[in-house]
Amino acid sequence: MFWHMIIKTLIRQRSKMLMIAFTVILGVSLSTAMMNVMLGVGDKVNRELKVYGANITVRHKDAALMSDLYGLNEGLGVNDKFLYEEDVLKLKTIFWGFNIIDFAPMLDGRATMNSSSEVSLTGTWTEKHAVLSTGEELSTGLKSLRKWWDVKGEWLNENDDDSVMVGSILASENDIHIGDKITLTNDSYTKDYTVKGIFNDGGNSDSKILMTLSAVQDIMNLHGKVSSIEISALTTPDNDLARKAAQDPHSLSPDEYETWYCTAYVSAICHQIQEVIRDGVAKPVRQVAESEGTILNKTTLLMVLITILSSIGSALAISNLITASVIERSQELGLLKALGAYNWQIALLVLAEIMLTSLIGGILGYFLGIGFAQVIGQTVFGSYIEIARMVILIVAVILFFVTIAGSIPAIRYLMALKPTEVLHGK
Amino acid sequence: MSSKILELKNVSKIYGNLKALADINLSVNSGDWLSIMGPSGSGKTTMINIIGCMDTPSIGSVILDGVDISKESAANLTRIRRDKIGLIFQQFHLISYLTAVENVMVAQYYHSMPDEEEALEALAKVGLADRANHLPAQLSGGEQQRVCIARALINSPQILLGDEPTGNLDEYNEGIVVDIFRKLHDEGVTIIIVTHDPEVGDAAQRKIILEHGRVILQSKI
Repeated sequence: MFWHMIIKTLIRQRSKMLMIAFTVILGVSLSTAMMNVMLGVGDKVNRELKVYGANITVRHKDAALMSDLYGLNEGLGVNDKFLYEEDVLKLKTIFWGFNIIDFAPMLDGRATMNSSSEVSLTGTWTEKHAVLSTGEELSTGLKSLRKWWDVKGEWLNENDDDSVMVGSILASENDIHIGDKITLTNDSYTKDYTVKGIFNDGGNSDSKILMTLSAVQDIMNLHGKVSSIEISALTTPDNDLARKAAQDPHSLSPDEYETWYCTAYVSAICHQIQEVIRDGVAKPVRQVAESEGTILNKTTLLMVLITILSSIGSALAISNLITASVIERSQELGLLKALGAYNWQIALLVLAEIMLTSLIGGILGYFLGIGFAQVIGQTVFGSYIEIARMVILIVAVILFFVTIAGSIPAIRYLMALKPTEVLHGK
Repeated sequence: MSSKILELKNVSKIYGNLKALADINLSVNSGDWLSIMGPSGSGKTTMINIIGCMDTPSIGSVILDGVDISKESAANLTRIRRDKIGLIFQQFHLISYLTAVENVMVAQYYHSMPDEEEALEALAKVGLADRANHLPAQLSGGEQQRVCIARALINSPQILLGDEPTGNLDEYNEGIVVDIFRKLHDEGVTIIIVTHDPEVGDAAQRKIILEHGRVILQSKI
């Protein structure tokens, strides 16, 4: 009789129940989409932010010390301290190697251009292809780290040792055009290069010449040497543990150390980089790393807020609909009381109707939400969002409490309902 | 000699400054058929609500089957009503989406356990065996009221309580319903009916007339 009454009520009040189901579908689909995006967005937002450059730099420990102590970034004690090019590919062998998206060694130098002015040179991997000892193929370089550059002409290729790219300010001051030849001289080394591209960085680099790493090593006679390494890595936003470890990893307890080491904090990745780069000191570019963490946290917060607001909205809408439904049925519910039904029996009847409607709406809303998540993934990140199974449980719990919360005013109304008030409607 | 099934002792019901019932004393024996009559606002419905365990008196006591129900909790009143009272309403109050037999079975469900066979027997007793699977909207007013009577009788109550049971019926159907009451009375069912209709009131074995919450006439017919 219980289920018979529920089914018949659902059929009879189908327009109201459809409205409740529709409200649930909207709320659940939004929550499902937001939570799936939220759980899958960390790496995607991080990857998006990588277009804004490296978030870790590695320098020789002495050069880093001079920089830390005296703020010196060039001169004696800085420019004459080098890392080894052969160590650079070891970056991909660290525990968090998979999180290192791109990297490029940099070698700074100076040379005389066209026998007149002295210019700064930067040698790097623009587009390096390599095969690691593990067999993994790798493609990295400055081209990936400087995605915001406005390049006229072309980027240098991996083996473009006879070509250069010129910064926009330097090109403008010296009337250099794509295809021009320039001569660079350092001590007894002189060589002509073709201008393959002119780049606009919006910073100091616009006054520099960019070359392949080996070309600058030849000019400066620094074979196998690099000044620094720029690294772009996916990191987890810092927390208290990460900040404590960044100051001194030895201050951590063994458990804390394990947690820290096995989490992609920027300090943990820097620590592991130092283990493979001889004489190297890896430092996070704080501003970038913190911005990434802040944006990620704010994105997550925004999605949590949308989920909470949609849940509150659903609860309010459900509350209105259920209350309207119960008021409409007050004679019927009052009759049940008159026939001997306890309050809890009537509350159970109404709740079962609502729960059944919410369950159906919830199932439809969940699948619609997965669709929304994929639309968001494709539109915003250009890839699919991985479906997190735990969202089913979270959505089910939210739906349960939202339905209960939405039912409270109606249940209170029917608890207070007196059969005498609704049955003698003369 | 019949036993006393209901006794009202100095019962008053007060709403603010209004005395809906004033110092009512009444006793009903098992098997009695009592009519309560009076003009609108005389306290008939208040009285039937108190007897039907849907309300409690402000002053006085109500002894139903030997138990004082005037101070019982709402939950206990629900249990007592379910076990001892069968209610008939002027507006029938059938559940519109359930058939006649299902409406009878609802009362069984909240009392003990639905039994379709028993519900069909109750409908047959009021002459509706062939209308058992019809929805209320497919029944006439008189038929709906007979379903309401079957529902009131299904749990074998000690008192059958009717609030204007013929108020919405034409003369023909009124006659059918009164005949059913007569038959039930002959079978020993205790019947208390509130009515405006003198013919229905006169069909009872006893009659009381209320005015301004007081019993102004109590007579045997």
